[in-house]
Amino acid sequence: MWDIVFQPFVEFGFMRRALLGCVAISVGATPVGVFLMLRRMSLTGDALACAILPGAAIGYLIAGFSLGAMTIGGVIAGMAVALLAGLVTRITVLREDASLAAFYLISLALGVLIVSTRGSNVDLMHVLFGTVLALDDSALILLCSITSLSLLTLAVFFRPLVLECADPHFLRSVSNLSAITHFTFLALVVLNLVAGFHGLGTLMSVGIMILPAAAARFWASGIGGLVFVAILSAILASISGLLLSYHFNLPSGPAIILVAGIIYGISIIFGPVGGLALRFIPRRQLET
Amino acid sequence: MRTALAFENLTLGYDSQAAVNNLEADIAEGSLTAVVGPNGAGKSTLLRGVVGALSPLEGRVAFGTLSRDDIAYLPQQSEIDWTFPLSVIDLVAMGLWHEIGPFGQLEGDRLARVEAALAAMGLTGFENRPIGSLSGGQMQRTLFARLLLQDASLILLDEPFTSVDASTIAVLLDLIQRWHEEGLTVLTVLHDHETVRTHFPKTLMLARELVAHGPTEQVLTAENQSRALEMCEACDGPPHVCGRSVA
Repeated sequence: MWDIVFQPFVEFGFMRRALLGCVAISVGATPVGVFLMLRRMSLTGDALACAILPGAAIGYLIAGFSLGAMTIGGVIAGMAVALLAGLVTRITVLREDASLAAFYLISLALGVLIVSTRGSNVDLMHVLFGTVLALDDSALILLCSITSLSLLTLAVFFRPLVLECADPHFLRSVSNLSAITHFTFLALVVLNLVAGFHGLGTLMSVGIMILPAAAARFWASGIGGLVFVAILSAILASISGLLLSYHFNLPSGPAIILVAGIIYGISIIFGPVGGLALRFIPRRQLET
Repeated sequence: MRTALAFENLTLGYDSQAAVNNLEADIAEGSLTAVVGPNGAGKSTLLRGVVGALSPLEGRVAFGTLSRDDIAYLPQQSEIDWTFPLSVIDLVAMGLWHEIGPFGQLEGDRLARVEAALAAMGLTGFENRPIGSLSGGQMQRTLFARLLLQDASLILLDEPFTSVDASTIAVLLDLIQRWHEEGLTVLTVLHDHETVRTHFPKTLMLARELVAHGPTEQVLTAENQSRALEMCEACDGPPHVCGRSVA
């Protein structure tokens, strides 16, 4: 037991760094994921994750594997796509999902093109699937900062954000915070995806955001409970995924997301809030 | 009688297609008015125009001494996400937004007022129930409890009795009556002419343009109704413009 679970973290610094990075991503990204799910915007996370790619790629072109350049590039590209999609939705007939899909597809194609014309395939794999086992000090500081900023912002915007999700018309009728709340939230999504992208890659980062949130829906019904369960399952997935990748020599990003997927699957079946197993347990009807 | 609300040559619409045309009408302070008209007559659009969710294509809505904080608006039910994990008391307490804003605490006197509003709507004991578990009637009572807390002087209701049970309708009508007695201005979109006749002294009949406005018995005539139907059918463009959501 000790050898399997603790030894890798005790013995290797890179495993400890990876663990810290993943926990930071889990704590920051999953609450955002819970709100994405509650707003029925889960696929928006996906779209924005792909949208980050060309920015990160341009940063990579300019400065090589530079943390700062790729982060700034990713944030700019993600924000640009979120804002452009929002703008197109507001001034044309296209709905938000379609305009977002259009922009992220363009963005993704552009990103892959840039990375593959100028870098090697290995670089492309790094950008797409992350380098959680090679996180350095500055990357860890960045991840932890984004997580702190994200939690703080959520705390400040909590009430307007809940209203913006549950009853946007009411929020608009009583205050001017609706648009600010919406775009601050999108900015949080982008920031957390950029953080996740350093660890898990652009394609996998959205997984740690959405899967634990979706799993939590089967265990809790209040917002606090959802966030708690989601963070817990994300951390569990991170630890197990890292261990699996260590013992079986698997790429760590996909391993973590797959464990999150397994937790999601278990939740669908055994979750006490609307899980499938409940349906097959005979329940005595209360007679009045 | 002072004017709470004046529609001055007001034209409202979506994608520059008018749903309400050149409306001229004054809503007196303290009046209880039903807004009636055929489907697609622009009734919901009119309320959206009043709360500013829709900017006028032409003309304007003039408010006497009212500011936005004095207006409470209850849109049609479908616009709330009832599956959102929120308890009844949390949703109702948001009626105090003008006082508590994003950070204010909900305790003491405020909590007591929230409880009182819940009690007035017969929702005592439902405080911690998730809003998703409520029946149609209970949902509407919850929203009315929130309206109560908003402490507005102009109240706009859009089809408040749709998919609501009879006993709830009675409770809600009582409340509307009480608002009227307290001197609040109430504007309600309604379909059921019987309810309008028995409970609403004033009626504004709309068919994209103003058909008639005044005492209910003078407005709700067979002649006006058939005229409204004709006017709506004669209108250009798709018939259900009002039902469309605003992008």
